[in-house]
Amino acid sequence: MRKGYAFILSGVALLLFGSWTGLFVAPPEKFMGDVQRIMYVHVPTAWNWMLAILFSFSCAIAFLFRNNMKWDSRLEAGLEVATLFGFLLCCQGAIWAKPTWGVWWDWDPRLTTTAVLLLATLGILALRSFVEDPMKRAVWSSVATIIAAVDLPIVYFSVKWWNSLHQEQSTPQTVSSPFHLPLRVNAFGVLFLMIGFIMVRTRIAANRLERELAEPELA
Amino acid sequence: MSEVAIDAQQLARRYGRRWALAGVTFRLPAGTATMLVGSNGAGKTTLLRVLATAIHPDRGSVTVGGFDVVRHREDVRKLTALLAHQNYLYESLTARENLEVVADHLRISRERVMPLLQKVGLAARANDAMSTFSAGMRKRLSFARVLLQQPGVVLLDEPYGALDPPGFDLVDGVVAELKASGATIVMATHQWERSAAMCDRAIVLEGGAVIFEGSAAEWNAGVPPAGPAASRAAAPRGETPPSQPAGRRRSGEP
Amino acid sequence: MIAALRKELLLQWRTRGQLMAVFVFGAAALLLFSFAIGPNASALRTFSGGFLWLGLLLSSTLTLAESFHAEMENRALEGLLLLPAEPRTLYYAKAIANWLQLMVLGIALIPVMVVLYDAGTTRLPTLLLVVALGTAGLSAPGTLYAAMTAQLKAKQTLLPLLLFPLIVPALLASVKATSLVILGDPMGQARPWIVLLLAFDLIYWSLCGLLYGRVIED
Repeated sequence: MRKGYAFILSGVALLLFGSWTGLFVAPPEKFMGDVQRIMYVHVPTAWNWMLAILFSFSCAIAFLFRNNMKWDSRLEAGLEVATLFGFLLCCQGAIWAKPTWGVWWDWDPRLTTTAVLLLATLGILALRSFVEDPMKRAVWSSVATIIAAVDLPIVYFSVKWWNSLHQEQSTPQTVSSPFHLPLRVNAFGVLFLMIGFIMVRTRIAANRLERELAEPELA
Repeated sequence: MSEVAIDAQQLARRYGRRWALAGVTFRLPAGTATMLVGSNGAGKTTLLRVLATAIHPDRGSVTVGGFDVVRHREDVRKLTALLAHQNYLYESLTARENLEVVADHLRISRERVMPLLQKVGLAARANDAMSTFSAGMRKRLSFARVLLQQPGVVLLDEPYGALDPPGFDLVDGVVAELKASGATIVMATHQWERSAAMCDRAIVLEGGAVIFEGSAAEWNAGVPPAGPAASRAAAPRGETPPSQPAGRRRSGEP
Repeated sequence: MIAALRKELLLQWRTRGQLMAVFVFGAAALLLFSFAIGPNASALRTFSGGFLWLGLLLSSTLTLAESFHAEMENRALEGLLLLPAEPRTLYYAKAIANWLQLMVLGIALIPVMVVLYDAGTTRLPTLLLVVALGTAGLSAPGTLYAAMTAQLKAKQTLLPLLLFPLIVPALLASVKATSLVILGDPMGQARPWIVLLLAFDLIYWSLCGLLYGRVIED
């Protein structure tokens, strides 16, 4: 547990440093101005969201093959973190879109995919809350996670295609060099934060499981 | 099939934090009929469901006909048939159709369906939807379903429930027939006198543990009118928590 | 497999009254959608593909949930598993039966769409193909999730919650392809969408078949 908190603290520290440089040190972007600075948080969050989804996917597969409940605890943590980051991504996207395009949502394929997967992970968390038997809960959420994770590329591809027929809007792609430092620092910041969250959350989930699966007094 | 039909070792199964089976061990020879006795909530249904592979054991192991219920689940399923509380039938189908579904899945001829319906006394209602059936009739249909499977190991969960006196005779007849054909029978029941007459062995469950395993006659002779709860009251004083077996009276094990 | 399929079709035939009710629900939904837009004939026509599929999607939650009602009433599904029956076989039989049911529903709603939105088309075979592939995409994950949620108390809310995000690609592709078929498709754009639908179907029919056993066994 303490290692987890250490990760969280270092993550916050890195984020503070990275955001400070991003906000005050790095120059404003040529076309978009200061609004673009949200990318320093948005891009790292996006990378780590993907990581969280991949992590959950691996835990789900590991559980189905090994039937070890520790993977279920990790899955629960991964799903919650993915939901949190997905939600943050959608907020950041909206915050970026309003001053830039005048609308809150622009159907950008990456953001739309995030929104869809956010709903999916929320659904799986809701499913978990309705199943009482720990074993069944673990099996079903693993199954649902695998199905949702497999869907991610399909959703992205189909939305991208769907969108390209209508809009020409682009979202910021690559970032040039003065912007690298805050980006990298923040990327690690969010990464550490995520790892810390997952570790702490896993312990919480494991503790609860331990209480649920009480040891018997068998003769 | 091996000589020992069912071999259970420290079988345990929980529901949430409650252990429905808390270390059940017994061995049943092939071709015998065993009555499974215990008060409500003692674990009889859970035990039968584990034997039928409807649920898996959390601890311990059990083999049926030499096959482990977890590792060779399909083989155990081919061997066993379960008469459960829920009758495994479709309300919107007729009696005949319900059995035909089973016959199709088992790849046996549909010709076998009508004679079985006759045997359980439902021939007249063969083409009526199950939703119109009374509880007793549904029980009879479930029986027909079990017989259709021609099982080597028959697991009956309260076969006399909901039946009228002619139904009781039907059950007796069917059990006798199954015994004669060499099947192993495990029957959870509250009809002690009746079952003791037909069964060779008896297992008594209480709080998920075996508190007696032996011949049915022996058990029947020792049972006071009130049943196992009263016999426990006659045992040494002191609360025994449900998860600890009170000891197997038959074999003097620690 | 034939045995399982026979049973599914027999069960569906017996409960065909419910399908009628769901059809009325779907038609009512299509009507309501038009009120959201207003009596603007060209707008209605433009969005007719979307309305059709939305209506189908909403109706599917009803039929999918219903398909497991009979299995759970008397634990009939468990009874079949114990015979023994292979879970994968049971899955495909159920999924195919649900697919057929949804296809019938979809085809029945087409005339409703044509009438309400003036959305006729000469490319009927293509439209039928889209309906077939789209409903297949709904049925595969839908059957799996219906099996899961049928065993829970909050079944009615959980099934749409789990299913809807998942079938977004199938929905997108079906709506696009249908709209192209109705509104005209000079550049032949419908074809790639149909291929996407096919890919989605293939992936999910295999994946869900593999996972079904874990979902219905204890």
